[in-house]
Amino acid sequence: MLVEIQLIAIVVAVACALPGVFLVLRSMTMLSDAITHTVLLGIVLAFFATQDLNSPLLMLGATLVGVATVWVIGALQRTKLLSGDAAIGIVFPLFFSIAIILITRYAGSVHLDTDSVLMGELAFAPFKRTQLFGMDIGPQALWTRIVILLINSVFILLFYKELKLSTFDAALAAALGFSPVLLHYGLMSLVSLTAVGAYDSVGSVLVVGFMVGPALTGYLLTRQLHHMIWVTVITAVINSIVGVQLAFAVDASLAGMIAVVTGVTAFAAFLFSPEKGWLKKTLRRSKQQKKLYKWKTKQEMEQR
Amino acid sequence: MNQTAIHIEQLTVAYQAVPVLWQVGLNIQKGKRTAIIGPNGAGKSTLIKSILGLMTPLTGEVDFSVKDGEWSEYKSIKKSVAYVPQKSSVDWDFPTIVLDVVVMGRYGHLGWFKRPGKKDMALAEEMLVKVGMHSFKDRQISQLSGGQRQRVFLARALVQQAEIYLLDEPLAGVDMKSEKVIMELLEELSSAGKTVIVVHHDLQTVKEYFDEVVFLNREVVAAGSVATTFTEDIIEETYRKDHSVAERVDQL
Repeated sequence: MLVEIQLIAIVVAVACALPGVFLVLRSMTMLSDAITHTVLLGIVLAFFATQDLNSPLLMLGATLVGVATVWVIGALQRTKLLSGDAAIGIVFPLFFSIAIILITRYAGSVHLDTDSVLMGELAFAPFKRTQLFGMDIGPQALWTRIVILLINSVFILLFYKELKLSTFDAALAAALGFSPVLLHYGLMSLVSLTAVGAYDSVGSVLVVGFMVGPALTGYLLTRQLHHMIWVTVITAVINSIVGVQLAFAVDASLAGMIAVVTGVTAFAAFLFSPEKGWLKKTLRRSKQQKKLYKWKTKQEMEQR
Repeated sequence: MNQTAIHIEQLTVAYQAVPVLWQVGLNIQKGKRTAIIGPNGAGKSTLIKSILGLMTPLTGEVDFSVKDGEWSEYKSIKKSVAYVPQKSSVDWDFPTIVLDVVVMGRYGHLGWFKRPGKKDMALAEEMLVKVGMHSFKDRQISQLSGGQRQRVFLARALVQQAEIYLLDEPLAGVDMKSEKVIMELLEELSSAGKTVIVVHHDLQTVKEYFDEVVFLNREVVAAGSVATTFTEDIIEETYRKDHSVAERVDQL
């Protein structure tokens, strides 16, 4: 069971980290934070429609609400009547709180309770099994996560060139016929789908950390996009292994511990990255300062 | 041999209810270097973007003649048009290297899904040699100076092997050496019969660098050959007049 939990954690972490690469590069981490919360509304609405927590319609509903969130925020921003982050600040709590009210009022008795939604529970994941021809082939959570990981990998592999161009230079992408709007919504659908897949493992609060943390580490340690993606994936794997082991060692929340480890590695990369790190930049600046000061005193001596 | 490469008719473009370009009509000459001149906020970049179909105009249309005698929309000839956006419009901290950026110019020819191959790489290296940036090909783009960035952008346009080149302020914040390299290459292009359109901000160098000039301030103030059109009066007219076209909307 421990192995299964570890496997689920790794798959969730990598599935989240992949779209995270482009979220970080497009400065859209806060938008993804909004999506990872508002997808809950889609889950709740789809649950009321189907009365089945395992229905694939839940995924669809959540993805649709995620994309709707992006659209509403974008429409508010285009009016230029309020700043970009204010639009996020209005839409995200509105959708999310409606979802919370619906859950507490109407769905309190089912598995869909606020605690598991906010925090997730990786430890219970192995209890629900998947059967194939009567054989137990592992926890259901593992299989759904693997499917999402595959979808994310295939999307990025197929549209690597297009995503890269539209992220770096949206105007040229549009001029060359690669619709940035289409790619934007494609990526946002992916983020929504990933968020739904991740929320009952790690909770809607922490999903954004799983998306952004490893990608930020990758960004700080590399100089080329394909290297960044690899380092991001490796970081996600290491974080989830260390996180799960630590959580078992001190008997703490699994998702919480992975998130802590993720934060620590990202911060370490920020401090110690050999090229882009804070330490390196500060050292260089103080060296320059010393040189400048020496030069200044020399100038003053000569003037006397 | 005065042929038109781009024909713009009655082009009006608005952001929300505020018109930025008003009834712009222009014929851009084939095989010539045309400068677009005008004060800040005159709609120069908007004109370029409208030509490229990046903005939907309120009225009017833009037609291209790439092959002789055939008029087409942008969509059907987009592979023959190279675009260099303003340097400031992209994130130079993006994790990528010089060669990679130049190869991006090939993406239009490749279309969806197909990845750049050896030919594309070779062409990119060739163009990097042309702009004098080949020794920088493995550099991270954040390490380049303003002039070097602009030369990389020009190389990216050159690999498109286009017929029409649209450049938005390619000389802004550029050192003397880069300016020389860029303008020599643009001259080479026009000598080879390519059409070059440049948003330009330096009035001092118009006579030296361009054949044709378009004076723009929300509307076309004047357009024609540099020899006849680049006059004190027209320059003053372009920069002085309050060309706010917002009140035109109220008069409709």
